[in-house]
Amino acid sequence: MLAIYWVYLKITVALQFQYRVAMAVWMINRIVEPTVFLVVWVTVAAARGTVGGYGAADFAAYFIVLMVVNQLTFTWIIYEFEYRVRSGELAAVLLMPIHPFHSDVADNIGYKILTLIIIVPVVILLTVLFDPAFGFRAASLALGTVALAAAYWMRMVLDWTFALSAFWTTRSTALAQIYFLVMLFFSGRLAPLELMPPWLERLSWYLPFRWTIWFPVELLLNRLDRAMIVTGFQMQVLWLVVGLVLLQVGWKLGVRKFTAVGN
Amino acid sequence: MLHALRVAWTFFKIGLLNEFAYRANLYLQLLQSGVAVGAALGGLLVVFGHTESLGGWGHDEILAVLGVYLLMSAAMGGVIEPSMARLMEDVREGTLDYTLTKPVEVQFLISISDIRVWKLVDVALGVIVLAVALIRRGDAVTVADSAGFALMLLAGGAIIYSFFLAMAAASFWFLHIENIFAIFSDVYQAARWPIGIYPQWLRFILTFIVPVAIAVTVPAEAAVGRLTGERVVLALAVALFTLVASRLLWRLGLKRYSGASA
Repeated sequence: MLAIYWVYLKITVALQFQYRVAMAVWMINRIVEPTVFLVVWVTVAAARGTVGGYGAADFAAYFIVLMVVNQLTFTWIIYEFEYRVRSGELAAVLLMPIHPFHSDVADNIGYKILTLIIIVPVVILLTVLFDPAFGFRAASLALGTVALAAAYWMRMVLDWTFALSAFWTTRSTALAQIYFLVMLFFSGRLAPLELMPPWLERLSWYLPFRWTIWFPVELLLNRLDRAMIVTGFQMQVLWLVVGLVLLQVGWKLGVRKFTAVGN
Repeated sequence: MLHALRVAWTFFKIGLLNEFAYRANLYLQLLQSGVAVGAALGGLLVVFGHTESLGGWGHDEILAVLGVYLLMSAAMGGVIEPSMARLMEDVREGTLDYTLTKPVEVQFLISISDIRVWKLVDVALGVIVLAVALIRRGDAVTVADSAGFALMLLAGGAIIYSFFLAMAAASFWFLHIENIFAIFSDVYQAARWPIGIYPQWLRFILTFIVPVAIAVTVPAEAAVGRLTGERVVLALAVALFTLVASRLLWRLGLKRYSGASA
């Protein structure tokens, strides 16, 4: 299995290296969005001292780490899958003796490795400019990295499962817009979840997004107590299991429904 | 002038006919705009749950910025970006020939060649948000305010239009740069907040390198009666400069264009 991943990875890196500019352009949104919210919250904190326990330097640290976590864990599979189904390209994929999920993961990891060239300088620049208070400890970094890896698999599995909706509707990217909107509010990308309205914060416990973004970010920054860390890992495992089951079932049902169009 | 208006109207009708062939797209557009406005409003609400003002701007004033932001996105998405994307494609494919042979000012023609009628949804949303902001604010809007707002809105539109024209004209030299618009729209989201909150270096980038700041913040300032004479001069000067510069670039590029057989 690892050998297969290695081959996929090499193909992906070679392919994407041909599209260097497109690759960089693609990232801009994931750099601009957290930077804008960083500035907004730093402005709020500068006027008020602290907001819900966050000072200006804490907000800067939160959004810089969030940028990295989001960059490392995001996927574009929903768009790609819709194209595959619509164009009939999926027919060729189905002939392969291996589940297409694996090549998508390798593809995703390849892109992430290449884009480190961009994200690392951006992070250094923002760190110099905004003077963040990173609360990293060795333990928080170690546990946070585990949470980050789990978050990566969660997003990959859940997005892939969501992408299967393309089998049943030709407008799965429209559906995805709503999915992304919910993610925006419940993941902590607008603000640390403690600052969201209480009802929204409470609801976020029952959705996966809190555990894919907010949890690794706060864990890395050493802002969580033991109970929250335990709960966080439990929720990650729970969602991973749920996602994997849904993925298996959805894939079986979807493929049965699939009739290659146009090929 | 009258002739130009008739041409524009014809293109609008063509746009309408095109869109009527795909009526479901209206619902898609409604969904898309709804999601965008929902995300933006939600962000504002969360921030204003924790503060009374942001960089000297109150709730309703920031809401006015969002209204102008939506109006500008409607202009961008409704006509500027699709038309300029078509121009780039025409240059690449050589099909600009067909446009050049028409007896109308070419720059005008390429600027309105693709009109997306459903983007009027964004115009409506922008007007509603702006109206709500002004009503909640409560101060009477004077004639001078309205005139200043209209003028600044035009100046802002001109700046964005010129920037897109310059980017599209670059395709006369570099054929494959269709990604360039994506950069602009990604950076544009920064204009949802008043430019004054950004640190100096970022303000510089957003004013002079990717000039989204003047295009949104200044009209909003006019709408809420914060406009100063200095800002009017700045906005008009930048608008005039970008209009002239982009036209020059476009003419220069057009000279290089050698048609379909090239």
